[in-house]
Parts: sequence; structure tokens; C-alpha cells
Amino acid sequence: MDNLLLMLAPLFSSKLLLVLFFGTLFGLILGVLPGLGPTTGGALILPFTMTLDPLSAIVLLTSIYCAGTYGGAITAVLINTPGTPAAAATCLDGYPLAQKGEAGRALGMATVSSTVGGIFSVVILVFFAPILAQLAYEFGQPEYFALAIFGLTMLASIGEGSPIKNLIAGAFGILISTVGKDFMTSIDRFTFGINELTEGIGFIPVVVGLFAMSEMLTQSTLINQVFNRIALKAIKLPSKDDYKKTWKTILRSSGIGSFIGVLPAEGGTVASLIGYSEAKRFSKNPEEFGKGSIEGIAGAEAANNAATGGAMVPTLALGIPGSATTAVILTGLIIHGVRPGPDLFREQPDFLYGIFGAMLIANILFFIFGFFGAKIFARITLVPNKILWPMIFAVSVCGTYSLNQSIIDVWIMLFFGVLGFFMRRYGFSVVPVIIGLILGELVEGTLRQSLVIFDGNWLMFFTRPIALTFFILSLIALAFPLIRSRKIKRNND
Amino acid sequence: MKNVQKQKRANKSLPFFFRDEFRVSLVIILISVALLITTFTFDIVPPILNRGIQPATFPKALLVLIIVMTLLIYYLATKNPWKVEKKLPRSFFLTLSSFVIFVVVSKTLDFFLAISALSIFVSYCWGENRLFYLLLVGIIFPIIVFIFFETILGLRFPPGIITNIYYS
Repeated sequence: MDNLLLMLAPLFSSKLLLVLFFGTLFGLILGVLPGLGPTTGGALILPFTMTLDPLSAIVLLTSIYCAGTYGGAITAVLINTPGTPAAAATCLDGYPLAQKGEAGRALGMATVSSTVGGIFSVVILVFFAPILAQLAYEFGQPEYFALAIFGLTMLASIGEGSPIKNLIAGAFGILISTVGKDFMTSIDRFTFGINELTEGIGFIPVVVGLFAMSEMLTQSTLINQVFNRIALKAIKLPSKDDYKKTWKTILRSSGIGSFIGVLPAEGGTVASLIGYSEAKRFSKNPEEFGKGSIEGIAGAEAANNAATGGAMVPTLALGIPGSATTAVILTGLIIHGVRPGPDLFREQPDFLYGIFGAMLIANILFFIFGFFGAKIFARITLVPNKILWPMIFAVSVCGTYSLNQSIIDVWIMLFFGVLGFFMRRYGFSVVPVIIGLILGELVEGTLRQSLVIFDGNWLMFFTRPIALTFFILSLIALAFPLIRSRKIKRNND
Repeated sequence: MKNVQKQKRANKSLPFFFRDEFRVSLVIILISVALLITTFTFDIVPPILNRGIQPATFPKALLVLIIVMTLLIYYLATKNPWKVEKKLPRSFFLTLSSFVIFVVVSKTLDFFLAISALSIFVSYCWGENRLFYLLLVGIIFPIIVFIFFETILGLRFPPGIITNIYYS
């Protein structure tokens, strides 16, 4: 009961309400703009959060996360381009429905299902995060190592790119985390005599580079692209008939999204794809999918927003990011001196439940903003790239510089921008790099400490039941894409 | 579907050293090998300080893993070639070169000037000819960002010909 009251705290703080208001608004704008999204936006806003107290900072980031995930649907429906990768499945039915002159209906369903999915996932977060945190008390160094390995192997099955390419990108992310002084022995690694590298490569330059700068380079290849934007008169709440058709789909996708979100490294993109395909599988009218099915929109949108709360579960309870955006939120927590994990639940429940409450309110706020302001947000897509991206460049550069006041960080950002562009061009997702970078120190640190405990005997890892379970799950995660591709091949044959 | 098959066939008809999968794999392997060699130059810790493994062991293992997985994707690509990517347009190379100009100008002249120069250059290269919008992205917006960071975050930008005037 006390915890539920703590969740209401943001409602009684004018400062937090203001932060939530601007976070949701900013998140929606980021979500609407193709190429930007909650991950890039979170990374860009991170330096600004230094002026805020920890709770306000994380509330700002989480509201951007919730609203940004929904915002992607507006562009997906109106211009057939997902504002965020998580909205890719929404395009499949959202745009065809909008083409039929029912853009308002499509966006109404996207708004309602996103809100239900988001609120459902916050409930899951409130109940499961403390349980998972309690379990984490049983974890020692070997268990954390096995858990981190499980998180990394899950990269094999994330939606974008081939499994092996994702694993290479993840390993590369861990490799970046080894740059600088070894945190155990203070030996320089990969510094090449550059003093600035002894502190390691920061998270923000890498994230801003891989997401914002690489996207700027991608946009430079698309300057002649013309979007056919469908006019939106007004957003319409779903009719009784629509609710009858979709309530089961919304609930199912909310469950799927929350579950996928809880899995380390998985996020809204995978959740929406699975939510969409399950909606099709259970539908009485599967032939309508891809031609403007209202169930398709509900399935995808409920799932991707449900993944937001789910992804916060491992992030807060274990310090393992559930998605790329939660990796940014995790960095925000660390920058503000908050160490996620079981102790956080015991020592700072007001902080945690404040975040939960803020996420709940953010889901309601984006419903209101989306419902009354979708028409205005849709207009943001009209800002030409030739004006938008130079502005984003200025903010990216200043934001990256501001964290350590280091010009080297800005150059690192540009380097990762170019690298990210070529990675994406050749089918390597950049998300695993971020997850690898975040988990790198945990993987190496826990491995080395475990080996000290085990006196160098590697086989001792397999004598620990929890660690062994995670290793088995890792093997399953590695085998899963193989099984899936064989199944698809068999079905095609 | 037919287009993808056509593209794949086109890629397969190229000599192997012109194919994307070969060039990408080669670059990854060359860089990984160079980094692997570098790990042999890392200091070795005496056994009393050595926590479990040497500082070089973990990066070595990662690099070997990357090399093995790269060989695997190349092997798989020989069976199922990657689709051929479109040639990059001129605007891409201009944007890329603007990054280089930014680094040079920020290092030698001024950080703020570098942001302004890049913004105007990129905006112009992407097709913006209207003077007001060029001034907006190149001067007005960077000034707003500059003042915002300077006053709200208390940030001090690196010295340069324009920044020095502001600070003096």
C-alpha cells in the first residue's frame, strides 16, 4: 500500500509533473521524426539531465521512452515510414488503412492500444521488478557473469540483422568497453598513447555517434526521397465494433510485449513483430492483414509499448538493459550515482516507485497528447531534413562535449557516426554495440572475480545451479535463430 | 522478390574480391588482427596482482571470437550472397567531408565556427538555398544552443577566435 502511495508522488510534485509534461512532449516529437527516436533522444538529452535531481532526470528519460515509442506510430500511419524501428510493424496495416481514408481510425486504435499496452507493462513492472530484485540477492559474481552472457546471447535473436552479425556487433561493443585503464590492474589497454583514452570511451559519444550521426549520414543519401503524407482530419476513438474485434489482441500483445521486454537486450521492435504475427495467427480474418487490418495495428502497437515497462524490469532489478533505450536510462542512473540492483529496491523505494508512477502518468499523458495533438505532431514531419539535421548536429556536438568538456569525445562521436553508417549499410545492427558496451565491464569484471573465487578453475561455473541455468538459456538463445530459420525454410518448402 | 534475386545474382557474378561480403569481412579481420597484435604489447601483471586472468586475455578472447564469427559470416555469404548496395550519392560524400572539415576547423580555429560552418555547408549541400534558413541553421540556432549550454549547464567551450571574443 505504501509503495502504491509512493507511485502517486509525481502527481503531487509540480516539478515532476512539469518534467513529465515536457518529457512526453519531447518524446512524441522524437518518435514522430523518422531517424530519431527515444534512444537517440535520450542520449541527446542526457547531458541536460545533469541540472536535475536523479528522480527528475530518470522521469524525464522514461517519459521520453514511453512517448517516443508511441510517437513512431503517427509517422508509420501517415507516411508509411516508422518513426521508430518499433513501429515498423504498424506500417503494414496502418498505412493501408490511412490510404482508405481512415487515418483517424488507424491512429485512434494505435493510441488506445499503445496506452493499454504501456499501462499493462507498468503493472507488470510494479509486480515483477521487486520479485526479480529479491531473486538477485542469490546472485554472486558467477551468476552475474552467466546472466550478462545470457543478455549478450539474446542479441542473436533481436529483430534486426543476422544473428551472427548481431553477435559480432555485441562483441565489438564489449571490446570498446576494454579501452582505457584496466579497472582491476590499471594497465593501459588500446590507448595508443592517447591520454584522453585512458579513462575509456564514454557511452554518450558512442550512442550519439551510432544513432544520431549515422542517421544523419543515412539521411544524406535520401535527400531526394519524397514522402506521400496522408492528410489527417481528426483522430477517432475506436468504435464499439473495433473494440469487440481487438480487445483480445490488445491484451495478448500487451502480455507478449511485456514478456519480450523483460528478456535482456530484446525491445519494442521484436515485441511488435511478434505481437503482430500472433494477432494475425489468432485473427478470424487473417487475409485482411497487410491491407489495413485494425487488429494488425492493435497487435503491433500494444506490444511495442508494453515492451517499455517490461524492459525496465531487468534494467532496474539487475542492471541489465532490456533494450537500447533502457541502456541510455541505465547510463542516466549511473551518471546520477544510482546503482540499479536489489539494493535499490531496499534503500530507495521512493525513487523506484516514483519512476513507476511517472511511467504510468506518461502513458496517460501521451494518450491525451496523441488524441488531441496528433494532427500537430504529424506536421512535424514536414520540417525539411536540410534544416532539421544540421540543428540536430549542433545539439549532438554540444551535448557530447558537455559531459566531460572534451573535444576528443566529439571526434569519437563523429568516428562512431561513420562506423555506424557503414555497419547499418552492411546489415550490422548498432543496438548490440550499445548493449555490449554497457555490459562489457560487468562481463569482464564478474568473469575475473569469479575466476579468483574459483581459483582459476573454469569448470566451477557449471557447479552453480543459477549460473548453469543461464548458460543453458544462452545456448537456447543461440540456437533459437537457427531453429526459426529452419522452420521458416520448411514452411516455405 | 525478383529484384532481390536479381541483385543477389549480380553480386554473385562479381569476382570475390569485389563482393561486399569479402571486403567487409576482410576489413573486420584485418582490424581485429591488428588489435590482436596490439594486445601482445599490454603490460603483464605479476601473479600477486593478477585477478584471475591477465588484462590482455579478455580482449584477446573477444578478438579471436570476432575473427571466427567473421569467417563464419563470410562462409555463409558464399552460399547466400548479400544484396548489392546502391552506390552512395554525392551528398553523402559531401556530408562525410563536412565531418572532416568540422574536425579541422574545431581543432585549428574555433569550435563554434566549426558547428556553424558544418551546419551551413550540410544544409546547402542538401539543397537549401534560402539565405534566411541558412542563417537560421548556421548562426541563429548554434548561438541559441551555445548560450543555452553556457548559461544553463555552465559549460565552458574550448578557446577559439569567436569563443574568445564571447568570453572576453
